[in-house]
Amino acid sequence: MNQNKIKSAVLTELYAIAPELEDEEVSADINFRDQFDFDSMDFLNFVTGLHQSLGIDIPEADYSQLLNLNACINYIESKLPKPA
Amino acid sequence: MSEFLMPSLGADMDTATVVEWMVKPGDSVHKGDIIAAVETSKGIMDIEIFEDAIISEILVSVDEEVSVGTALAILQTETETEEEASSRPPPNSPEPSKPEIEKTPSGSVPTKAEAPRTTQISPAARQKAKALQVNIDRIHGTGPKGAITVKDVKNAATKTDHQMMRQTIAAAMTRSKQEIPHYYLSSTIDLTDTLTWLARGNTERPITERLVYAVLLIKAVAGALAKVPELNGFWIDDAFKPSSSINIGMAISIRQGGLVAPALHDVQDKNIDLLMAEFRDLVTRARRGRIRQSEFITPSITVSSIGEQGVETIYSIIYPPQVAIVSFGAIIERPWSVNGRIESRQLIKVSLSADHRASDGHRGALFLNTLSNLLQNPEKL
Repeated sequence: MNQNKIKSAVLTELYAIAPELEDEEVSADINFRDQFDFDSMDFLNFVTGLHQSLGIDIPEADYSQLLNLNACINYIESKLPKPA
Repeated sequence: MSEFLMPSLGADMDTATVVEWMVKPGDSVHKGDIIAAVETSKGIMDIEIFEDAIISEILVSVDEEVSVGTALAILQTETETEEEASSRPPPNSPEPSKPEIEKTPSGSVPTKAEAPRTTQISPAARQKAKALQVNIDRIHGTGPKGAITVKDVKNAATKTDHQMMRQTIAAAMTRSKQEIPHYYLSSTIDLTDTLTWLARGNTERPITERLVYAVLLIKAVAGALAKVPELNGFWIDDAFKPSSSINIGMAISIRQGGLVAPALHDVQDKNIDLLMAEFRDLVTRARRGRIRQSEFITPSITVSSIGEQGVETIYSIIYPPQVAIVSFGAIIERPWSVNGRIESRQLIKVSLSADHRASDGHRGALFLNTLSNLLQNPEKL
């Protein structure tokens, strides 16, 4: 899975939680909390969505590595199996 | 036969617009089923039915605005005999595949006096309007010959919802400040050990079953209300009417502005996991604008944790006719004295706004102290 595919998977999950964001520009390095008013319930739903669509386990201790779009993409890339 | 009437979904509601029918004539429905969605000044609400019945006839079509008490559908209740049913004229046959046709006003159905106006709208815009649940009659078209475009629908969706929500909030809050003699109390609670307990528990839970701390706050509020029941209920006709169950209205902020406070029901009887599942479902639906009517009309107290986003203390205004609202600020790390030593701890400020007609500060203080104790022993919640 390349970075673009990961990005689109992350955006899909963001829009599932906040459908009204679909027309908005998502900044790559501003925290979701500051950008979209995410609270802890939104964040849990977001992480759950990533887990279900990508099949990766995301321990709560890693939440701090998922706070913005760029960080999410890098984190997910590190968790996905490397192509042989 | 009985009539299914447009319910009143709040004291300030006079009319509502049917935006969707989930049933058609001939369907059998059961108590608690959602049969239609209506739009009011509070947003879209799902309407439940309170008896087992068969839908005999639908009287109000989608996009029609009618007053409270108007018959929306004719029901055949299951106790009725076949003869009674067959003596009625046959129900209008539904033709769901055809585009919506304006119903001719008939004697039994009150409709607006004005003739339905014909609207130029593209199929894509109509579809968008349906998806966003926007009443196209309210949209000003900017396309050729005043036709409604997809963009117009999108603009209307945010604007009208937002304006309606502001009006609702304005009416309730003005009434509250004019009628209710509020008193305010606040406490600081050390949540450090509770959060450690929660994080430890979450490491053993699959993602789908993890808890957020707000659910502990909700459960602890219910526990403290059991000790101070005069905060749980309504002030109606110069008297306090206690509520037998604890239905907690959850203040949920809407990203485009405004907030709603639908209820979690019977919190006293539910364990943490069930509450978490219901809370999660409620937040998700609230933000998409899909709240059930019974969730709106029955909160017996409100809890706000919208301070999670950064403020320390909130002094909320009571939502009438409720008599109390409990508000939590953000969890903030601060120096705090623990057994005579200064330590860095995770603190939360909780405030109680209560109606002085229904309770006194002494009882309010007992509520906050009980809440604090419960929150610091989460394993017992």
